Amino acid sequence: MGQSLDIRRRILEITSVASAIIIWEIIARIINKKIILPSFLEVVTAFLELASGDELYRDIITSLNFFVIGMGAAIAVGIPLGIMMGWFKTFDKAVDPIIEVIRPIPPLAWIPFAILWFGLTQYAAGFVIFVGAVFPILVNTYTGFRNTPRVLVESGKVLGCIKNRDLIFRIALPAALPAIATGVRVGMGVGWMCVVAAEMFGVRTEMFGLSTYGIGWKIWHWNSLHHMDMVLTYMLILGLIALVIDRLFRYIVQEWWLKWQTGVVV
Amino acid sequence: MLSIKNLNKTYHTEEGDEVVALLDINLDVADKEFVCFIGPSGCGKTTLLRITAGLEKPDSGTLTVNNEPITGPGPDRGMVFQEYSLFPWRTVLKNITFSLELKKIPKSEREKIARDFLELVGLSKFADSYPHELSGGMKQRVAIARALVNDPDVLLMDEPFGAVDAQTRNRLQHELLNIWEKKKKTVLFITHSVDEAVFLADKVVVFTARPGRVKEVISIDLPRPRERTSFEANAVREHLLATLGAEIQAAID
Repeated sequence: MGQSLDIRRRILEITSVASAIIIWEIIARIINKKIILPSFLEVVTAFLELASGDELYRDIITSLNFFVIGMGAAIAVGIPLGIMMGWFKTFDKAVDPIIEVIRPIPPLAWIPFAILWFGLTQYAAGFVIFVGAVFPILVNTYTGFRNTPRVLVESGKVLGCIKNRDLIFRIALPAALPAIATGVRVGMGVGWMCVVAAEMFGVRTEMFGLSTYGIGWKIWHWNSLHHMDMVLTYMLILGLIALVIDRLFRYIVQEWWLKWQTGVVV
Repeated sequence: MLSIKNLNKTYHTEEGDEVVALLDINLDVADKEFVCFIGPSGCGKTTLLRITAGLEKPDSGTLTVNNEPITGPGPDRGMVFQEYSLFPWRTVLKNITFSLELKKIPKSEREKIARDFLELVGLSKFADSYPHELSGGMKQRVAIARALVNDPDVLLMDEPFGAVDAQTRNRLQHELLNIWEKKKKTVLFITHSVDEAVFLADKVVVFTARPGRVKEVISIDLPRPRERTSFEANAVREHLLATLGAEIQAAID
């Protein structure tokens, strides 16, 4: 019963994707202009050509490198700050106004200062990604801490867990983990979007010499050469990697991090 | 020995109103005595239990356990809450070892102790289960084990069986008495059920409607295990219902 439902769902998914591809191909052939809409087959050809060399591999590594720098910083700042704000009311009142002013500024608006401060380096790109990812992580951590069930905190207290440090790490933090996981997941989504914009200005890593790499960068690069099949190929790769990262994260969270939960939140 | 003298507690609402929760409470509880608190909703019995646990502070008056005034939560008092209070990210065994971890007892030793208490509440098979895999009654049995593992003098129970079905409740009452007889703790037990109080208690403290005061303390000298429908039990029950009935009426008025 369950298995046949599963198979039916799979069939539906495949049919849906296949139909979208067929419609795309038909429309592209009607328009018949590669510069307006490359067809599916043209994109596949472009991809195969790309995948045969090591350029694509370098692009992906470069973008992931920026992403890891930005996400690492966002997690390292967002979670501790969220914990402090969620647990200590005075700290919250002191810091909250500053955050409320900075938070609505779109991450892309930080690009000039990112370049000014870090130059055209991986850290400039990382900084823009950091700005995009840090607030979802901060806000979710904060909310998770604020919503720690009172009965769990009181249970801890009557069992001898009195100090703030113990209450935070033994009770509030584990209770807030589902919310934090959601924050990291949302942050990763926003951060990945920022990759494209961050790479627009030709930030460069040392690891592949003097040429510029990066999925986002290549979208702009091929766009300026009017190679729209390549643009579309890189767009799809961008989406595909985001999907893989998200699935991987969800898997890790469900299988290891939050195994104790009945219904998983993220 | 637990002793409460001239205890008062008033809450201040956000609108600036004052709600007197407890008014001049005086009560002595002997060691290893099983005491039930009963009274209309909102009569302050939970407040009194929370003050005893050290989770709240009285406005005036004193509360001592073994002549030591209570200033905060302490290992001499364990508590079982009405809501399910197990840590959902810990297995049953790890819930019970929680307080032992804080005391820095070595892992093998604390797990051995925890397993003994798990056996006491009859849940040895569920050591590695997570709380969401347990029924309501099982959760409360684990919560009892978790409170007892600290070896407190006083066990505070705030309507611990309020959320379980009637049959499970009867069984849990039996089990609680068995544990109490084995471990001989002083128990303060809040209930809304006259039946439960008559079945469990050495002494029933009846509270008045708000402001909460001690209206009457009734000793129940019936031998255990008690017959729920015996003539004597019925007589106590009738007396309690009459006393309580007047207060519940007052609470409604």
